[in-house]
Amino acid sequence: MESHEGFGVSVGSMPKAAFSYHGEDDDQIATVLSSDVKPRILLMGLRRSGKSSIQKVVFHKMSPNETLFLESTAKIFKDDVSNNSFINFQIWDIPGQVDFLDTNFDLDMIFGGTGALIFVVDAQDEYIDALTCLHQTVSKAYRVNPQIRFEIFIHKVDGLSDDHKIETQRDISQRANEELHEAGLTDLHLSFYLTSIYDHSIFEAFSKVVQKLIPQLSTLENLLSSYVQNSMVEKAFLFDVVSKIYIATDGSAVDMQSYELCCEMIDVMIDMTCIYGDDESECACEQDSTCIIRLNNSSILYLREITRFLVLVCILRDEAFTKRGIIDYNILCLQKAIHSVFDVRTKLNKPNGVLPVEGMNSIGHLANSTNA
Amino acid sequence: MKKKVLLMGNLVLNLWDCGGQEAFMENYFASQRDNIFRNVEVLIYVFDVESRELEKDMHYYQTCLEAILQNSPSAKIFCLIHKMDLVQEDQRDIVFRDREDDLVRLSKPLQCACFKTSIWDETLYKAWSSIMYQLIPNVQELETNLARFAEIINADEVLLFEKATFLVISHNERRKHKDIHRFEKISNIIKQFKLSCSKVAASFQSMEVRNNCFAAFIEVFTSNTYVMVIMSDTSIPSELTLINIRNARKHFEKLEKLDKNRLNAGRQWRV
Repeated sequence: MESHEGFGVSVGSMPKAAFSYHGEDDDQIATVLSSDVKPRILLMGLRRSGKSSIQKVVFHKMSPNETLFLESTAKIFKDDVSNNSFINFQIWDIPGQVDFLDTNFDLDMIFGGTGALIFVVDAQDEYIDALTCLHQTVSKAYRVNPQIRFEIFIHKVDGLSDDHKIETQRDISQRANEELHEAGLTDLHLSFYLTSIYDHSIFEAFSKVVQKLIPQLSTLENLLSSYVQNSMVEKAFLFDVVSKIYIATDGSAVDMQSYELCCEMIDVMIDMTCIYGDDESECACEQDSTCIIRLNNSSILYLREITRFLVLVCILRDEAFTKRGIIDYNILCLQKAIHSVFDVRTKLNKPNGVLPVEGMNSIGHLANSTNA
Repeated sequence: MKKKVLLMGNLVLNLWDCGGQEAFMENYFASQRDNIFRNVEVLIYVFDVESRELEKDMHYYQTCLEAILQNSPSAKIFCLIHKMDLVQEDQRDIVFRDREDDLVRLSKPLQCACFKTSIWDETLYKAWSSIMYQLIPNVQELETNLARFAEIINADEVLLFEKATFLVISHNERRKHKDIHRFEKISNIIKQFKLSCSKVAASFQSMEVRNNCFAAFIEVFTSNTYVMVIMSDTSIPSELTLINIRNARKHFEKLEKLDKNRLNAGRQWRV
C-alpha cells in the first residue's frame, strides 16, 4: 500500500488497486469488490472551506459555534451515518490540501462508487482558486463516472447581504459553467446552493442532495401527496430525525420558514425525550413518539414517528385536527406503505429497483376525510 | 438605562441598568438618589468577581445601601457574585463564601442574600428563579395547591412557569428525577422554540410530547403562568390529563385573584 506524503499529510487508506492491497482494513476490500456498495457522498473543496463543519453540524448535531474548534482534517474521514440515520450513505470528508491529480490515488475507486460530489466554496474568501480546483475535480470525476451528481455549496453566506448572495451565486455559476463549456463538457450539470451552518440553509441544501439519491423518492412523494389530500393537511415532510434532512415532501412548494419550524419541533421532541424518556433506549427516537404543538394562529404542528429513523411532520389547521381519528388512520396506512417501500428495497437489493406495487395499493385504503 | 418587564400580571419589574462608570455613578447618586431609591422592593446588585477594585465596589454598594435604608428600608437585597466561570472550579466555593461573609457583614443592619452566578452555566438561572420565587406573594399556598394537584392527577412532576420569562417558579416532584438541571434545560427548550415561532409571527399555545414511556403536557394555566405536567402512566389518555388541567386552572386562577386583591392597587415593584 502506498501512502502519499505531501503537505505533511498521510493518506493511508487509499489502495491503488484492490489486489495490491496489503490489508489493514478488510471491510474496505469487501466494499470495493462487493456489489452492495453503499452510495457515497463526497465532500470536497479547498482547505478551510468548511467541509468538516458541515458534516459535523448536519450529521452529528454539533452546534455551529463549536465547529470553530475543529482541527484541519488530515486524513480522508469516512463517516458511515447509516447507524443512526435513515440516510444510508458514507460521507467522505476529504482534506482540502489533498491533490487529486497525483496518480497515487485510485480515482476509479473513489469516484466510481460516488452518488453525489459536493464541492464547498467559501463565499467569504477569494474564490478564484476554488473555481480552478472545482473545474479540475469535476472534470476528473465526470470522466471516471458520468453518473455523479455535482452539487456546489456556496458556503458561509451568513455574513453576506441578500443582494450579495445572489450576485455571488450568479458569478460563481457563470464562471464555472463557462469553464466547463470551454473544456467541451457540455453535458455536465452543476447545481448551486447558498448555504451556511448558522441557519437552516445547510439542512435544506443537504435535503435536496440526498433526495436526488433516493430512488424511491417519487413513490414517497406520491404517498405524501395522497396523505395530504385525504387528511386536509397543509404540508407534510418525511424527516430523518437525526440529521433533520427531509427525504420527501408532498407536491406543494416548500416554504423555508415552515421547514425551519418543523426542524425546531423535532428538536423540542428530541430534547424533551432525552430528559424524560427511558434511559436505556437511545435518545434519538423512541417507539410511538408523538408531538403536538398548537400555535396561536390556528395552526397545529403534528409529529408522528414512522420508522426508527423517520418521522412525519405535518402542518395543519385547527379545524382539520378535529378529525384526528381519520388523520391517525391515514398515518397508519402511510406508515405501512412506507415500510413496504423500503422492505422491497432490501429484498431486491437493487438501488434502482422496481417501484413496489404493494406501496401504491395501500393508498386505496386511505380514507377520504371529506366524506366522513 | 431603564426597561420595564411585566411579571405575574401585577409585578412590574423596573430594571434600572446603572452604568458602572465612575462619573456616571457619582452623578446618579448626587442628583437622582431619592428618585431612584424610593419605593424599591428589590435591589439586585451585581459584583464582578474578577474586579481589581474591591474597595471601590464595596464603597458604591454601601452608598446604595445607605440610600435604600433611607428611602426603602424594607427592600429585599440580592447580591450576585458574577462571572464565576473565570474562577478556577476548585476555588469557586471558597471565593464565594469569602465574598458572601464580607457582604453580609457590610450590609448590616440590612439583610442580603448572595448568589454565585455565571452566564455560562445554570447558576444564573437558579439565582433568578430564587429571586422570582421570593417575589411571588403567596408562594407557599401555591406550592401546597400544586402538590395536591399533582397527587390528584397522578403526575410524576408538575412545574409552574412564569409566562413572560418561563422561569420555573414552583414545582412538585412526586417521582425522583436524576437530572437536577432539567428546569433550566426545559426553560431553554421552550424559549428557543418561542423564538422560532416569533420568526413566523406566531407564538405557541400548548405542547404535548409523548412516547411509550412518558407524556409531557405544557399548557397555559392562569393568566400569568404556564403549567407542565409529566405523566409516566401512558395508558392514561391525553384528553383525561387535559381535562384535569382545565379544571385545575379555575382553582389556581382564583388563588391568583385573591392574592391580587391583597396587594395595593397600582403598587409597583421597583427592582
